[in-house]
Amino acid sequence: MEELFHHLASAVSQATGYIYPNEAELHWGLLVVVYPYLTGLVAGAFILASLEKVFRVKEVEPTYRLAMLTALAFLIIAPLPLQAHLGHPERSFEIFLTPHLKSAMAMFGFVYLWYLMLVLLLEIWFEYRADMVRWSNESHGLKKWMYWVLSLGSRDLSEQSLAFDRKAVHVITLVGIPSAFLLHGYVGFIFGSIKANPWWSSVLMPIVFLFSAIVSGIALVLLLYYVTTMLRKKALDMACLDKLASFLLYALLIDLTLETLDFVHRLYESEESIEILSELIFSRLFISLTIVQLLLGTLGPILLLSFGRFAGMANEFRRTIYFVAALLVQVGIFSTRWNVVIGGQLFSKSLRGLTVYKLQLFGMEGLFVAIALLVLPFLVLWALIKILPPWDEAESR
Amino acid sequence: MAPVEQRRGFLARLMALPWVAFLVSTLGADRLFAGGGQSASEGGERKFAMGVQVDRCIGCGLCVDACKTENDVLREPFFFRTWVERYQLGSDGEAHVDSPRGGINGFPATEDSPDVMRSFFVPKLCNQCDKPPCVQVCPVGATYKTPDGVILVDHEYCIGCRYCIQACPYGARYLDPRTKTADKCTFCYHRIKQDLLPACVEVCPTQARIFGELGTRSSPLHRMKRMNSIQVLKPELNTSPKVLYSNLDGEVR
Repeated sequence: MEELFHHLASAVSQATGYIYPNEAELHWGLLVVVYPYLTGLVAGAFILASLEKVFRVKEVEPTYRLAMLTALAFLIIAPLPLQAHLGHPERSFEIFLTPHLKSAMAMFGFVYLWYLMLVLLLEIWFEYRADMVRWSNESHGLKKWMYWVLSLGSRDLSEQSLAFDRKAVHVITLVGIPSAFLLHGYVGFIFGSIKANPWWSSVLMPIVFLFSAIVSGIALVLLLYYVTTMLRKKALDMACLDKLASFLLYALLIDLTLETLDFVHRLYESEESIEILSELIFSRLFISLTIVQLLLGTLGPILLLSFGRFAGMANEFRRTIYFVAALLVQVGIFSTRWNVVIGGQLFSKSLRGLTVYKLQLFGMEGLFVAIALLVLPFLVLWALIKILPPWDEAESR
Repeated sequence: MAPVEQRRGFLARLMALPWVAFLVSTLGADRLFAGGGQSASEGGERKFAMGVQVDRCIGCGLCVDACKTENDVLREPFFFRTWVERYQLGSDGEAHVDSPRGGINGFPATEDSPDVMRSFFVPKLCNQCDKPPCVQVCPVGATYKTPDGVILVDHEYCIGCRYCIQACPYGARYLDPRTKTADKCTFCYHRIKQDLLPACVEVCPTQARIFGELGTRSSPLHRMKRMNSIQVLKPELNTSPKVLYSNLDGEVR
């Protein structure tokens, strides 16, 4: 506890203006930044995957299964940062047993389970069922049993059953799109519905969260498709990459428009909080908001992608540009989450002062745990890819 | 029967089914859109409230000290169930606010300056809102409103997610590092249930703090409300505080 007191004393010594005495401690740290970042990737990857199934965008077909597995891998890890940040992690099951229905946070368990069980797992199962039956037939020993269990004992490879699989995937995707919107829109609502906090309290928050989620999800799948194809020493499907880049560009433009609308709206309304928020933007958040989120993470990729899409460059150059743009987008979206979560706690609710966030390296809320939680989904994804190869069998042999 | 009556009849019959009534009340669906649990006026017979007469506060900090002692609040200056703020309004219209160690040791004297137009002290504490945002957001219902209108935290139940701390507009909550649960002023619930005064009210040498019940003519609060103009903090947030201030300056947030 002594350590905490030192930490708080040093935070208070760096605060400017007046903050309420209880505001010395900044309550939602790096882990709560990681959480919406992860769920955003889930929702974004799923929405990209559904483009192929529902809107029949044939070009992005090579990324469909990869996107679904990515969504699953990130969704499995998404609750961990929340769990780790609780004062009493051992009591977290109370959210499921005795949820307080008026709390936006209490809905987490239900939205999460709905999305995991009824959307992702079901869709992936139908998508892979025929393959799993085939793999079970072709393999021997433990592998045979694993696929048999995963296919839930299904043996049917008739044309009729395959048609049913396709239909099921289609229907689940139709349910899945609003569910993905719900998953991340709901995370935005957790922040947007806090009237005590003028930085968070905005009806646009769930929508901004949603579009930034789509941006980050598309960019992540683009990166993963690029890297996995390179690692497998296969040729990149440029038509697919071009399509991904286009969607990424459109999503970025919508995201930027919404953020700008939010900004202009706040400025024009000029409520009581505008002065402290301006101070916040120009001092504490200048680097993470203006430089990283806006210039590096949004305007930079928009320029790069427009250039890549419309300047008629050679394939090698074009795909490098897409790759760099998608990387920058990831940095930008992480920064976006940071600016919402941490930014919203850097000013006093007395609207008279600013405080600081002192990042710790070690401990449950520290930098290393956060990095581990960001790496973990990729390990899960690696395992999923090993079990359920997302690429064409003939091609991978 | 008119369609509306038919529907009402149907709903009434539906609610008469024991399992439906059980589901609706267990899930709390009937109260989903209400202000925040029971309203103070409909629960128990008493509605506790506090009055703060700003003009009387001398910033001695005895209330802060008494609160920490009575409620075993950590002595470090980052955890307060109640604290006192000093406002110094400059002639240029700027307000300078401070609260060194929550005002527990009083306030350092300032030099008389023509730049300071007026100064005063404002005791702060949990407002025991009638429409409490903290209760609304708690994911497990660990923070709740008693029938007499006081907001309490169940430390055996709180999961330490800190959402209530984010939702409180007044900075009245903190996380107790010993229990890792949210904590805040309870109006000294253990005392007021035995007809004793909250510790801060008991020790206040100038009777700047008054404790009583709303809607009771014999309560000292009634007299305060009759004799003064009454304000609450951040009324625009519609939290309906039950800590009432008299002659509160517009600068106070």
